Amino acid sequence: MACINPDGTLTVSAKAILSALSSPAALEKVAKSTDLPLFRIRSSIREMLEAGLVEKEEGKYAATKLGREKIEGGKDDQVKTDL
Amino acid sequence: MEEKVISETKETVSMPRLGESAPAFEAVTTQGTVRLEDFKGSWLILFSHPADFTPVCTTEFMGFAEIHPELKKREAELLGLSVDSVSSHIAWVRNIEEKMGVKIPFPVIADLDKNVATLYGMIHPGESKTETSRCVFVIDPEGILRAMIYYPLTTGRNMQEILRLIDALQTTDKYKVATPANWEPGEAVIVPPPNTQEMAEERLKEGYECKDWYFCKKKL
Repeated sequence: MACINPDGTLTVSAKAILSALSSPAALEKVAKSTDLPLFRIRSSIREMLEAGLVEKEEGKYAATKLGREKIEGGKDDQVKTDL
Repeated sequence: MEEKVISETKETVSMPRLGESAPAFEAVTTQGTVRLEDFKGSWLILFSHPADFTPVCTTEFMGFAEIHPELKKREAELLGLSVDSVSSHIAWVRNIEEKMGVKIPFPVIADLDKNVATLYGMIHPGESKTETSRCVFVIDPEGILRAMIYYPLTTGRNMQEILRLIDALQTTDKYKVATPANWEPGEAVIVPPPNTQEMAEERLKEGYECKDWYFCKKKL
Protein backbone atom coordinates (compact mmCIF):
# COMPACT_ATOMS: atom_id res chain seq x y z
CA MET A 1 0.00 0.00 0.00
CA ALA A 2 1.22 3.45 -0.85
CA CYS A 3 -0.18 5.08 2.30
CA ILE A 4 0.74 2.56 4.94
CA ASN A 5 4.26 1.27 5.53
CA PRO A 6 4.78 -2.47 6.09
CA ASP A 7 5.21 -1.81 9.83
CA GLY A 8 1.76 -0.21 9.95
CA THR A 9 2.95 3.40 10.22
CA LEU A 10 1.73 6.02 7.77
CA THR A 11 3.78 7.51 4.94
CA VAL A 12 4.51 11.24 5.03
CA SER A 13 1.93 11.98 2.32
CA ALA A 14 -0.70 9.85 4.06
CA LYS A 15 -0.14 11.78 7.31
CA ALA A 16 -0.52 15.06 5.42
CA ILE A 17 -3.77 13.88 3.81
CA LEU A 18 -5.20 12.58 7.09
CA SER A 19 -4.27 15.82 8.85
CA ALA A 20 -6.15 17.75 6.18
CA LEU A 21 -9.17 15.58 6.96
CA SER A 22 -9.41 16.45 10.65
CA SER A 23 -12.70 18.04 9.61
CA PRO A 24 -14.80 16.89 6.61
CA ALA A 25 -13.41 18.17 3.31
CA ALA A 26 -13.78 17.70 -0.43
CA LEU A 27 -10.88 16.03 -2.22
CA GLU A 28 -10.10 19.17 -4.24
CA LYS A 29 -9.63 21.11 -1.00
CA VAL A 30 -7.32 18.38 0.36
CA ALA A 31 -5.25 18.55 -2.84
CA LYS A 32 -4.84 22.30 -2.40
CA SER A 33 -3.97 22.20 1.28
CA THR A 34 -1.46 19.34 0.91
CA ASP A 35 -0.03 20.52 -2.43
CA LEU A 36 -0.43 17.00 -3.77
CA PRO A 37 -1.98 16.28 -7.17
CA LEU A 38 -5.66 15.32 -7.15
CA PHE A 39 -4.96 11.85 -8.60
CA ARG A 40 -2.70 11.10 -5.60
CA ILE A 41 -5.42 12.21 -3.21
CA ARG A 42 -8.04 10.02 -4.92
CA SER A 43 -5.73 7.02 -4.97
CA SER A 44 -4.67 7.49 -1.33
CA ILE A 45 -8.21 8.07 -0.08
CA ARG A 46 -9.26 4.78 -1.70
CA GLU A 47 -6.60 2.95 0.30
CA MET A 48 -7.41 4.79 3.49
CA LEU A 49 -11.12 4.03 3.13
CA GLU A 50 -10.22 0.33 2.83
CA ALA A 51 -7.97 0.58 5.89
CA GLY A 52 -10.70 2.27 7.92
CA LEU A 53 -8.73 5.50 8.36
CA VAL A 54 -11.15 7.68 6.43
CA GLU A 55 -14.90 7.77 5.99
CA LYS A 56 -17.14 9.42 3.43
CA GLU A 57 -20.17 11.42 4.41
CA GLU A 58 -22.35 13.55 2.14
CA GLY A 59 -19.71 13.82 -0.56
CA LYS A 60 -16.95 14.83 1.85
CA TYR A 61 -14.23 12.82 3.54
CA ALA A 62 -13.01 12.88 7.14
CA ALA A 63 -10.51 10.99 9.26
CA THR A 64 -12.09 8.27 11.40
CA LYS A 65 -11.27 7.81 15.09
CA LEU A 66 -8.61 5.32 14.02
CA GLY A 67 -7.29 7.79 11.45
CA ARG A 68 -7.04 10.55 14.04
CA GLU A 69 -5.22 8.18 16.41
CA LYS A 70 -2.78 7.33 13.60
CA ILE A 71 -1.81 10.96 13.07
CA GLU A 72 -1.32 11.34 16.78
CA GLY A 73 0.96 8.31 16.65
CA GLY A 74 -1.02 5.71 18.62
CA LYS A 75 -2.54 2.28 17.97
CA ASP A 76 -0.55 1.52 14.80
CA ASP A 77 -1.34 -2.16 15.14
CA GLN A 78 -5.03 -1.61 14.40
CA VAL A 79 -4.42 -0.70 10.78
CA LYS A 80 -4.87 -3.46 8.24
CA THR A 81 -1.60 -3.82 6.36
CA ASP A 82 -1.15 -5.59 3.08
CA LEU A 83 2.16 -7.41 3.25
CA MET B 1 -0.26 -37.38 -51.51
CA GLU B 2 -0.36 -36.14 -47.96
CA GLU B 3 -1.89 -32.77 -47.50
CA LYS B 4 -0.19 -30.36 -45.17
CA VAL B 5 -2.44 -28.30 -43.01
CA ILE B 6 -0.88 -25.05 -42.15
CA SER B 7 -2.53 -23.32 -39.27
CA GLU B 8 -1.85 -19.69 -38.85
CA THR B 9 -2.47 -17.90 -35.60
CA LYS B 10 -3.02 -14.21 -35.91
CA GLU B 11 -3.01 -12.03 -32.85
CA THR B 12 -5.61 -9.29 -32.78
CA VAL B 13 -4.09 -6.11 -31.49
CA SER B 14 -6.44 -3.56 -29.98
CA MET B 15 -5.73 0.08 -30.60
CA PRO B 16 -7.51 2.94 -28.91
CA ARG B 17 -9.15 5.49 -31.19
CA LEU B 18 -9.16 9.25 -31.16
CA GLY B 19 -12.32 10.92 -29.95
CA GLU B 20 -13.42 7.91 -27.90
CA SER B 21 -13.16 7.21 -24.17
CA ALA B 22 -9.65 6.14 -23.24
CA PRO B 23 -9.57 2.50 -22.02
CA ALA B 24 -10.06 2.31 -18.25
CA PHE B 25 -7.37 0.67 -16.14
CA GLU B 26 -6.08 0.17 -12.63
CA ALA B 27 -2.34 -0.18 -12.32
CA VAL B 28 0.47 -0.39 -9.78
CA THR B 29 2.81 2.59 -10.04
CA THR B 30 5.78 4.06 -8.22
CA GLN B 31 3.28 6.28 -6.39
CA GLY B 32 0.73 3.63 -5.48
CA THR B 33 -2.18 2.04 -7.30
CA VAL B 34 -3.90 4.43 -9.69
CA ARG B 35 -6.92 4.24 -11.92
CA LEU B 36 -7.53 6.22 -15.07
CA GLU B 37 -10.55 7.79 -13.36
CA ASP B 38 -8.23 9.28 -10.70
CA PHE B 39 -7.07 11.75 -13.37
CA LYS B 40 -10.56 12.96 -14.27
CA GLY B 41 -10.62 16.74 -14.38
CA SER B 42 -6.97 16.98 -15.46
CA TRP B 43 -5.30 16.40 -18.79
CA LEU B 44 -3.25 13.21 -18.72
CA ILE B 45 -0.20 12.34 -20.77
CA LEU B 46 0.16 8.58 -20.57
CA PHE B 47 3.44 7.52 -22.14
CA SER B 48 5.36 4.30 -22.49
CA HIS B 49 9.07 3.61 -22.77
CA PRO B 50 10.78 0.34 -23.77
CA ALA B 51 12.72 -0.46 -20.60
CA ASP B 52 14.28 0.92 -17.43
CA PHE B 53 18.05 1.50 -17.27
CA THR B 54 18.39 2.19 -20.99
CA PRO B 55 20.02 5.34 -22.36
CA VAL B 56 17.37 6.79 -24.69
CA CYS B 57 14.66 6.22 -22.07
CA THR B 58 16.81 7.92 -19.44
CA THR B 59 17.14 11.04 -21.63
CA GLU B 60 13.39 10.97 -22.18
CA PHE B 61 12.62 10.67 -18.47
CA MET B 62 14.85 13.66 -17.80
CA GLY B 63 13.02 15.49 -20.59
CA PHE B 64 9.60 14.64 -19.16
CA ALA B 65 10.77 15.76 -15.70
CA GLU B 66 11.95 19.05 -17.25
CA ILE B 67 8.57 19.82 -18.83
CA HIS B 68 6.61 18.63 -15.76
CA PRO B 69 6.31 22.16 -14.26
CA GLU B 70 5.10 23.50 -17.61
CA LEU B 71 2.55 20.71 -17.84
CA LYS B 72 1.31 21.46 -14.32
CA LYS B 73 0.67 25.06 -15.43
CA ARG B 74 -1.54 23.55 -18.14
CA GLU B 75 -3.29 21.27 -15.61
CA ALA B 76 -1.77 18.19 -17.21
CA GLU B 77 -0.34 15.18 -15.37
CA LEU B 78 2.27 12.69 -16.58
CA LEU B 79 2.07 8.92 -16.18
CA GLY B 80 4.86 6.69 -17.48
CA LEU B 81 4.73 2.96 -18.23
CA SER B 82 6.93 0.05 -19.17
CA VAL B 83 6.90 -3.72 -18.81
CA ASP B 84 9.14 -3.64 -15.73
CA SER B 85 8.57 -4.25 -12.03
CA VAL B 86 7.86 -1.47 -9.58
CA SER B 87 11.17 -2.27 -7.85
CA SER B 88 13.00 -1.78 -11.15
CA HIS B 89 11.21 1.54 -11.69
CA ILE B 90 12.08 2.69 -8.17
CA ALA B 91 15.74 1.70 -8.63
CA TRP B 92 15.90 3.48 -11.99
CA VAL B 93 14.28 6.76 -10.90
CA ARG B 94 16.57 6.77 -7.85
CA ASN B 95 19.53 6.17 -10.17
CA ILE B 96 18.47 9.06 -12.43
CA GLU B 97 18.32 11.34 -9.41
CA GLU B 98 21.67 10.14 -8.08
CA LYS B 99 23.61 10.07 -11.35
CA MET B 100 21.91 12.77 -13.41
CA GLY B 101 20.64 15.05 -10.65
CA VAL B 102 17.04 14.90 -11.95
CA LYS B 103 14.14 14.01 -9.68
CA ILE B 104 11.31 12.14 -11.42
CA PRO B 105 8.11 13.68 -10.08
CA PHE B 106 5.50 11.59 -11.91
CA PRO B 107 4.30 8.00 -11.32
CA VAL B 108 5.42 5.13 -13.52
CA ILE B 109 3.20 2.09 -14.15
CA ALA B 110 4.78 -1.33 -13.57
CA ASP B 111 2.91 -3.15 -16.33
CA LEU B 112 4.40 -6.60 -15.88
CA ASP B 113 1.24 -8.34 -17.07
CA LYS B 114 1.07 -5.98 -20.10
CA ASN B 115 -2.53 -5.18 -19.25
CA VAL B 116 -2.35 -1.44 -19.96
CA ALA B 117 0.14 -1.90 -22.81
CA THR B 118 -2.30 -4.25 -24.53
CA LEU B 119 -5.31 -2.01 -23.95
CA TYR B 120 -3.49 0.90 -25.58
CA GLY B 121 -1.68 -0.99 -28.33
CA MET B 122 1.74 -0.04 -27.00
CA ILE B 123 3.49 -3.25 -28.03
CA HIS B 124 4.39 -3.45 -31.70
CA PRO B 125 5.72 -6.97 -32.28
CA GLY B 126 7.52 -5.91 -35.47
CA GLU B 127 9.77 -3.84 -33.19
CA SER B 128 9.71 -5.88 -30.01
CA LYS B 129 7.44 -8.59 -28.64
CA THR B 130 8.26 -7.75 -25.04
CA GLU B 131 8.94 -4.02 -24.86
CA THR B 132 6.55 -1.12 -25.29
CA SER B 133 7.30 1.35 -28.05
CA ARG B 134 7.60 5.07 -27.34
CA CYS B 135 3.91 5.96 -27.25
CA VAL B 136 2.17 9.08 -26.00
CA PHE B 137 -1.57 9.28 -25.34
CA VAL B 138 -3.12 12.64 -24.55
CA ILE B 139 -6.34 12.18 -22.59
CA ASP B 140 -8.53 15.18 -21.82
CA PRO B 141 -10.23 16.03 -18.50
CA GLU B 142 -13.35 14.11 -19.59
CA GLY B 143 -11.33 10.96 -20.28
CA ILE B 144 -11.47 11.26 -24.07
CA LEU B 145 -8.41 10.24 -26.05
CA ARG B 146 -7.41 13.36 -27.97
CA ALA B 147 -4.02 12.59 -29.51
CA MET B 148 -1.54 9.76 -29.97
CA ILE B 149 2.14 9.79 -30.91
CA TYR B 150 4.11 6.62 -31.68
CA TYR B 151 7.89 6.64 -31.96
CA PRO B 152 10.16 3.64 -32.56
CA LEU B 153 12.53 2.20 -29.97
CA THR B 154 15.51 4.00 -31.50
CA THR B 155 14.18 7.53 -31.43
CA GLY B 156 13.67 9.74 -28.40
CA ARG B 157 10.61 11.98 -28.39
CA ASN B 158 10.52 15.76 -28.63
CA MET B 159 9.25 17.21 -25.34
CA GLN B 160 8.53 20.62 -26.85
CA GLU B 161 6.19 18.96 -29.32
CA ILE B 162 4.24 17.43 -26.43
CA LEU B 163 3.85 20.86 -24.84
CA ARG B 164 2.88 22.33 -28.21
CA LEU B 165 0.30 19.59 -28.68
CA ILE B 166 -1.30 20.29 -25.29
CA ASP B 167 -1.31 24.02 -26.05
CA ALA B 168 -2.94 23.37 -29.42
CA LEU B 169 -5.64 21.07 -27.99
CA GLN B 170 -6.44 23.46 -25.16
CA THR B 171 -6.61 26.38 -27.61
CA THR B 172 -8.97 24.38 -29.83
CA ASP B 173 -11.23 23.61 -26.88
CA LYS B 174 -11.26 27.16 -25.57
CA TYR B 175 -11.73 29.07 -28.83
CA LYS B 176 -13.29 26.43 -31.16
CA VAL B 177 -10.53 26.90 -33.72
CA ALA B 178 -7.92 24.69 -35.39
CA THR B 179 -4.18 25.23 -35.46
CA PRO B 180 -1.99 25.25 -38.58
CA ALA B 181 1.26 23.39 -39.21
CA ASN B 182 4.06 24.35 -36.85
CA TRP B 183 1.70 26.56 -34.85
CA GLU B 184 3.02 28.01 -31.64
CA PRO B 185 1.03 29.80 -28.91
CA GLY B 186 0.50 33.45 -29.81
CA GLU B 187 0.35 32.81 -33.55
CA ALA B 188 -2.77 33.09 -35.71
CA VAL B 189 -5.19 30.16 -35.65
CA ILE B 190 -7.42 28.67 -38.34
CA VAL B 191 -11.08 29.62 -38.39
CA PRO B 192 -13.10 26.46 -39.13
CA PRO B 193 -14.17 26.47 -42.81
CA PRO B 194 -17.77 27.54 -43.55
CA ASN B 195 -20.32 24.77 -43.95
CA THR B 196 -22.70 26.44 -46.38
CA GLN B 197 -22.46 28.59 -49.48
CA GLU B 198 -24.06 31.48 -47.61
CA MET B 199 -21.50 31.22 -44.81
CA ALA B 200 -18.71 31.04 -47.39
CA GLU B 201 -19.85 34.30 -48.96
CA GLU B 202 -20.09 35.98 -45.56
CA ARG B 203 -16.76 34.64 -44.40
CA LEU B 204 -14.72 37.01 -46.56
CA LYS B 205 -16.55 39.98 -45.01
CA GLU B 206 -15.96 38.94 -41.43
CA GLY B 207 -12.60 40.67 -41.01
CA TYR B 208 -10.42 37.57 -40.83
CA GLU B 209 -7.05 37.27 -42.53
CA CYS B 210 -8.23 35.17 -45.53
CA LYS B 211 -6.41 33.67 -48.52
CA ASP B 212 -9.73 32.40 -49.78
CA TRP B 213 -13.15 31.56 -48.32
CA TYR B 214 -11.96 28.22 -46.91
CA PHE B 215 -8.62 29.43 -45.59
CA CYS B 216 -8.98 32.12 -42.95
CA LYS B 217 -6.89 32.84 -39.91
CA LYS B 218 -7.35 35.08 -36.92
CA LYS B 219 -5.34 36.27 -33.95
CA LEU B 220 -6.72 35.34 -30.56
